[in-house]
Amino acid sequence: MAAIELRDVYKEYQRDSQRIPVLSGLTLSVAEGDYVALMGPSGSGKTTLLNLVGGIDQPSRGQVMVHGTDIAQLDGRALAQWRSRNIGFIFQLYNLIPVLNALQNVELPLLLHRMSGAERKKRAQTALELVGLSDRTGHFPRQLSGGQEQRVAIARALVSDPAVLLADEPTGDLDRKSAEEILQLLERLNREFKKTIVMVTHDPHAAERAHRTVQLDKGVLS
Amino acid sequence: MNFLSLVLVNLGRNKRRTILTLLSVTFALFLFCALGGVLDTLAESIKVGSETRLVTRNKISLVFPLPLAYRDRIAAVPGVKRVAVSNWFGGRDPSDPHNFYAQFGVDAANYMPAYASDVDIIEASAPQAEAPLPPDVDPKLAAFMEEQTACVVGETLFKRMKWHLGQTVKVDGTIYPGSWEFTIRAVYRAKNKAFGEENMLFHWKYLDQHGMGGRSMVGIYVLELSDPSRASDIAREVDAMFENSSAATRTETERAFQAGFVSMYGNVPFVLRVIGLAVVFAILLVAANTMAMAIRERTGEFGVLKTLGFTDGTIFRLVLTEAAVITLGGGALGALAAKLLIEGSHFNAMGFLPPMTVRWSTVGAGIAIAVLIGAVSGLIPAWQASRLRIVQALRPAE
Repeated sequence: MAAIELRDVYKEYQRDSQRIPVLSGLTLSVAEGDYVALMGPSGSGKTTLLNLVGGIDQPSRGQVMVHGTDIAQLDGRALAQWRSRNIGFIFQLYNLIPVLNALQNVELPLLLHRMSGAERKKRAQTALELVGLSDRTGHFPRQLSGGQEQRVAIARALVSDPAVLLADEPTGDLDRKSAEEILQLLERLNREFKKTIVMVTHDPHAAERAHRTVQLDKGVLS
Repeated sequence: MNFLSLVLVNLGRNKRRTILTLLSVTFALFLFCALGGVLDTLAESIKVGSETRLVTRNKISLVFPLPLAYRDRIAAVPGVKRVAVSNWFGGRDPSDPHNFYAQFGVDAANYMPAYASDVDIIEASAPQAEAPLPPDVDPKLAAFMEEQTACVVGETLFKRMKWHLGQTVKVDGTIYPGSWEFTIRAVYRAKNKAFGEENMLFHWKYLDQHGMGGRSMVGIYVLELSDPSRASDIAREVDAMFENSSAATRTETERAFQAGFVSMYGNVPFVLRVIGLAVVFAILLVAANTMAMAIRERTGEFGVLKTLGFTDGTIFRLVLTEAAVITLGGGALGALAAKLLIEGSHFNAMGFLPPMTVRWSTVGAGIAIAVLIGAVSGLIPAWQASRLRIVQALRPAE
């Protein structure tokens, strides 16, 4: 069974009276443990595709299956719960909560899980250790470099142990050295922890690290 | 970290704004409860009036006196145990005209026993000579009883003015002109708080001889009853006795008499309520604006939280709890401060009121209003935050 399967997916946005097609009959399958880079020009629908897989947006038509679950069939509450257990998001601008330190940021998704405070803390520390930031647990985002912030964001995405990681230009805001570290980390998560990764990128060098690259143009695979 | 610590961390992100909002709610609720305390105090002051005592005054108005000659005739009415005289003096402190306290000329031989259950004599001068006291008069009042210019003062007034026993106090008469001197011979403590401890009681005879030229007129009569169940019959009988005299009377229970005083405040209680509610409404707008600003600034963060799996309901609770912590915290602080500070300081609005009371029901109403402010100010931002679409929330601000 494929980890991710999109069947004849359409997505349109309504702007005033105008309908703007973003994805047009897209079909894509990502195997479990696969590492896919999504490339394409701006406005080609890469981020929209990622949002549909992550259940933060709904297709206009078609089916989005993740580990056998048709996520369009889930209501808001069930979808949120599903997301918290199955999907880890990594954003270009990290999107850490500035008033929480690294450990608290990583603990955040675990507030939704039934576990003790001590257990939450232990798991968050393990996740930070995994990304090489065990010595930065008490640091706030403003006290970290861009690369470190992104590693905290990756630890946050990992902490609930989701099977799928969705990364939206994870190296887009980083210098080459930090970007390389992040790409190595993603590779390791895929290789050692068998995470299925879909990464949107404009950077061919980043895309080379994936198992395969999918090109999107004007809402269709090219 | 848990849900509550997340709420507190969020409140701490702009400490100055949070503290100022909390203080504005604190101040508003303090004011609301203080104004409520004025109403409570007026309501309590009615309670000093016993249902078992009657007051007889001039039917036309309280400002017109009654002849002393009525006393014995009233005392002869069956069911009347004792008749005491009380006369408003209305003097001013010559050293500070704004320092108001009430003075009454009373016939102590009847007045003090009539109010024996309401006051305790806590300090008194020793008498110069052993003289028999009228029946039922506290023996501690012996020095007061034997001296015509003596007075008894309330403990709060005594302490506030830093007086001492035996001190001569000067009072400028307004209704009864001249400079009057009274010697403090005893201090009372009010067992019934509403009796007030800011009063000075002196001998009516002194007032009659030096202020009224011996005309023997009195302000009111206080009737202690041996059979309180006949209060309304006795009141009717007394008034009927003087119906066709030059000074017709109006007799009512002491409580009704005090209520009449409160009614003289007219619409003041209504105005106080309106002011209190206006302040609360203004603070509601401030709190709502603060919450709206706080939520707007965090639109992207709510998108992130939802991405992580926070449900609409969790986001709603998060924002509403933040609003509740500010308003409930500030409200409880303000309401309790009003109770503790006003009652603890025996505040009496410069003698305009008895020592103020803020009832627990007023504190409770204040806290309930704080909860309401929290709910109303947080409801719309919480709803908006919970309804945010993730894709829109994560979109960079334009």
